[in-house]
Amino acid sequence: MGTVLNIAPVSRIEGHAKIAIHLDDGGNVEDAFLHIQSLRGFEKFIEGRPAEEVPRIVNRICGICPWMHHLASNKAVDGAFGVTPTPTGHKLREMCQVMAHINDKILHFFFLASPDFVLGPDADYSVRNVIGVAKAAPELASQVVKMRQLGQMMLERFAGKAIHPIAGVVGGFAKPMLEEERVEMLKDARTLLDFSLYSLDFAINNVFAKYMDVISELGNITTGFLGTVDRVDGSLRLYDGKQRLMKPDGSYVDFEGEEYTDYLGEHVEPWAYSKMPYAKSWGEGFDLNLAAPRGIYRANTLARINVCDKISTPHAQAALEQFRSQFGRPAQQTLLYHYARLIEMVYACERTIELLEWEGITDTDIRAKVEPKAGRGVGIVEAPRGTLIHDYVTDKNGCIEKANLIVGTTHNIAPMNMSVKQAAISLIKDGNYNEGLLNQVEMAVRAYDP
Amino acid sequence: MGVTTALEWLSSCSGCEISILNIGEELIPLITEALDIVHAPVLMDHKYFGQTGEGVTLEIPKATVGIVTGSVSNHEHLEVLEEMRKQCDVLIALGSCATHGGIPALMNGQDQQKSWEEIYQTSTTDPGAMIPNVEVPAPLDRVYACDEKVKIDLQLPGCPPNPAQIVEVLTSLLENRAPVLSGKSVCDTCPAKREGKGEVNTIKRFTTNARYKADEPLSEMRCLLEQGYLCMGPVTASGCSRRGAPSCITARVPCRGCFGPVRKDGNQLLDMMNALASNGIDFKSVVDRRSLLRFSGAHGMLKPMKKKVVKEEV
Repeated sequence: MGTVLNIAPVSRIEGHAKIAIHLDDGGNVEDAFLHIQSLRGFEKFIEGRPAEEVPRIVNRICGICPWMHHLASNKAVDGAFGVTPTPTGHKLREMCQVMAHINDKILHFFFLASPDFVLGPDADYSVRNVIGVAKAAPELASQVVKMRQLGQMMLERFAGKAIHPIAGVVGGFAKPMLEEERVEMLKDARTLLDFSLYSLDFAINNVFAKYMDVISELGNITTGFLGTVDRVDGSLRLYDGKQRLMKPDGSYVDFEGEEYTDYLGEHVEPWAYSKMPYAKSWGEGFDLNLAAPRGIYRANTLARINVCDKISTPHAQAALEQFRSQFGRPAQQTLLYHYARLIEMVYACERTIELLEWEGITDTDIRAKVEPKAGRGVGIVEAPRGTLIHDYVTDKNGCIEKANLIVGTTHNIAPMNMSVKQAAISLIKDGNYNEGLLNQVEMAVRAYDP
Repeated sequence: MGVTTALEWLSSCSGCEISILNIGEELIPLITEALDIVHAPVLMDHKYFGQTGEGVTLEIPKATVGIVTGSVSNHEHLEVLEEMRKQCDVLIALGSCATHGGIPALMNGQDQQKSWEEIYQTSTTDPGAMIPNVEVPAPLDRVYACDEKVKIDLQLPGCPPNPAQIVEVLTSLLENRAPVLSGKSVCDTCPAKREGKGEVNTIKRFTTNARYKADEPLSEMRCLLEQGYLCMGPVTASGCSRRGAPSCITARVPCRGCFGPVRKDGNQLLDMMNALASNGIDFKSVVDRRSLLRFSGAHGMLKPMKKKVVKEEV
């Protein structure tokens, strides 16, 4: 009988999970699992609700990325009711969505992930956290807190609530932007762009260079990738576009959101409440085997950076070129999720500025005429953690009859399990393990920002 | 050394934790000096079963202050909540899930077993999938607020809770005084213009924007209930205001009751129906009335719909 190491809870992540590492009699890894511990049942309890209410219910799926659920849901209800949002309504939503990406990336990189790099993976747990960072690097911490707060308050001032938003509505947006709001936000967005460039620079010089040996090994697996790209030029898109599913060899297919059921399936394992999406269209089934995985693709930052042909904004494009020259396309190293995250943060800032400079942004025609009715709508946005799919069928009263959700993080449940196993096998040998090594196994999970 | 503090989250979305971060620059002195955080899965790596995972019983360190977010919906949540109660001198339930069940308690309006089965039978799920049951915590019979399971010393609702109120609660504990929190309703704190009973006799869905001029202050916008929209302001606890008005109202959107009932042990559904009826508004015009309990469905408020009685054959 071997031993089971229960690393619970997995910490500095957004959800509820535990890692179980099964050791054989010789103290070597027999198997390892990432168990997803929680199920709330949103798909069922939104049934019967008036569809226009749902965007302000499903935002509670995630308090870190509520804007993503709020807007994917609005897009799905638009589709079900057959409404096209006004151009300004559409752009105001996109602006809030890309702005929410900025805060999310600051939060993840600096608050959750950076302690492993700034203090080191082996530092004692009592200091290996954001409080430890605040004590070890007070100036950096103060700047990070200020910038994250700036982003959150931009959203809150303009849209009423930053957490669990309500300002996106079926057909568009609930309030227009005033010129003085625009001017103020533009100033703040430029400050955030400067900070995003500083962050990327800081990470390239102080983190990625220093930890390149860890990056080139920890949690590495070979998979496909899923993301959203511009329908015309294949550039990175977060709010709207076509879906791109890439195979490990770099070949890909593009499809429209409504067709997702032809391409993606969801596998269920008895040891995780979360389902595990896989590439059904590859016709090879589902297998977590490290040497020969089947149907496994990844989503989230690294995936988006891999599937896009380019990035439409100059600083982010320059960063992408540098990244590709070093790591190729598609890049597979799991810890590069952090690098990709910071490139996306630059894009999100540049895109926010573009939208604020768009001449129609202060127009007052913000909401199209809406009539509740029967239909089906699929709303997709790129959430920080991956392609987020809300698929609703409404009845003749415009209430939800059926809902299917594929949430960003779930795309990465299967790959995270593989990364955990890969990391555990390579780090734990002959019964030798310690807190630092086990934290490195968690780092393989943390890169995915689940 | 600061006051030892432990944080835990149960059935939750982490919005409460983000709200704690939204305290902003005051947060740094709070977490580096005033408080000494000894356990907090979202921020630090203290583990339940020892740092190398060999333990068999779930352990959380002793702390003066405990903060719990989320509702109680499975056996692990219950175990964690009971351990928090045992180890913390003062236990705070933070956010509407912890205080009133919150959005997860919408499940209390469903047949849980059937719902869970159907979740694993959606169109994209592989055929034959079963509800997971290996090494994952089993659900409780329904979703509970924390005070239904353990004694709670301080309740701070909100979805999300207001960062200013979080600071007030923590500061009051540090200063050994009672926190100053409003007992008013959302309406009491709303600047929108009320002109008294009007021509409205039915409620309309929020499929059109409210009538207002964007460049005029909120005090020039007519009350959204008087405009004929369902606004839960009359029956909902205040506390969400960040900039001189309830948060949703600042976005020109009606309140949906996320701070829970203003009346202690109030029922947001019944109280709202009463409020509408007393203003001559036909409450039957509200589509999906049960979802008025969307933030306060614990405490036995929200129950599955009764199944239709099938007559037994004689």
